[in-house]
Amino acid sequence: MPRVNYEAPTSVDDAVKVLAGAGGLAKVLSGGTDLLVQLRSGRLKPETIVDIKRIPGMIGIREEGDFFLIGAATPGVMLSSHAALEHAWPGIVEGADLIGSTQVQGRCSLAGNLCNASPAADSVPAVIAARTTVVIVGPNGKREAPAESICTGPGRTSLAKGEFIVEFKIPKPKPHQCDSYLRFIPRTEMDIAVVGCGTNVTLDANGVCTDARVVLGAVAPTTVIVEDAAKALIGHKLDEATLAALDKAAQAACKPISDKRGTIEYRTKVAGVLARRTAAIAFERAAQR
Amino acid sequence: MSKHHVTTTINGEPMEYLCEAQQTMLDVLRDELGLTGSKEGCSSGDCGACTIICDGNIVCSCLMLGVEAEGREITTIEGIARGDELHPVQQKFLEHAALQCGFCTPGLIVAAKALLDTTLNPTEEEARYWLAGNLCRCTGYDKILRAVMDAASVLRAEAGR
Repeated sequence: MPRVNYEAPTSVDDAVKVLAGAGGLAKVLSGGTDLLVQLRSGRLKPETIVDIKRIPGMIGIREEGDFFLIGAATPGVMLSSHAALEHAWPGIVEGADLIGSTQVQGRCSLAGNLCNASPAADSVPAVIAARTTVVIVGPNGKREAPAESICTGPGRTSLAKGEFIVEFKIPKPKPHQCDSYLRFIPRTEMDIAVVGCGTNVTLDANGVCTDARVVLGAVAPTTVIVEDAAKALIGHKLDEATLAALDKAAQAACKPISDKRGTIEYRTKVAGVLARRTAAIAFERAAQR
Repeated sequence: MSKHHVTTTINGEPMEYLCEAQQTMLDVLRDELGLTGSKEGCSSGDCGACTIICDGNIVCSCLMLGVEAEGREITTIEGIARGDELHPVQQKFLEHAALQCGFCTPGLIVAAKALLDTTLNPTEEEARYWLAGNLCRCTGYDKILRAVMDAASVLRAEAGR
């Protein structure tokens, strides 16, 4: 691999100093399951790698008031083994758990998956559907931003020089609120999403949807929040007419590319199908709590 | 560019080495420490031939930097046997002839051992999903699965369950 500087700061302030002060490209290392591949392939040529895992708080999940706070570098294996998180947001855990192999799960993180900025990132749709905010630090201090504001295009983020994500702030579910995530791949494991869909719904006591977010992955340059799909669900029970409206709204939001994983027509069709299926699962889960 | 001095534990032994920042853990194991059991298949985290255990989790050593091992506990294929005796996973790979060319075998044995550290009662489906990141181009996986499931039964018997 090409030569690179490695820094492992032990405080957020030191990490910001290194990132902001680097002359060339500086990249944050959490799990490295994307970064090291890109480094080796030559797609990225960073001058400095800043390993954030030695900073207290970057690995771990804690509950504070109405939020789950997940450290930026927390590996997938810790998400799927966290009973309270899995109970609250099974869809978020399903999405994160679909990233790579067991080996990759030992390292891959929510922040890495988000900041790698692939439109097909499996953990991102359900994270956005839950109205997650991310806590960002940088030379100008600390700020919070909605998770959906980070990725601006394939491989591009809204983070300024010197900024990095320190944690994910995920609101806890309200009564009768739950989520689900499904992705479609042509095999059973170890592939990149043709389409992914995260759906998060809140119901009233009669099973009528009062709030919803439907988020599609791999059908546009970034993850897409489908406002019309949420509108199709809100005020309705999950009958066939609602599902048909949801399906139509999901398909209308797609601006995919044709590639080896699927054509534009195929991806668009599958987006509608996954919207239906994730809504059915999310409604059933929400009704049970 | 100066080298990094790393103090770590590998297969239960305290270990120190010097490495450059861009050297992967796999590079360090093979080229600096002479532990050549871990194999380089793809160098992109797809094949699992370089699987090691780091602080209890399996990882691809090609997707970890050597400097990241500072203060960690690493287990490689060289640390799986119980002294002079093979670990049941290794023994069962032999008995079931769960290998042909053998290149994937170290990674599969490390990954399977880690599975059986987390559960002694995996279903075959669980074992298949757990091992989905270990590619074998020879066996078709059937003998590997038989070996892993049989090793689980040995470990259950050892544990009195």
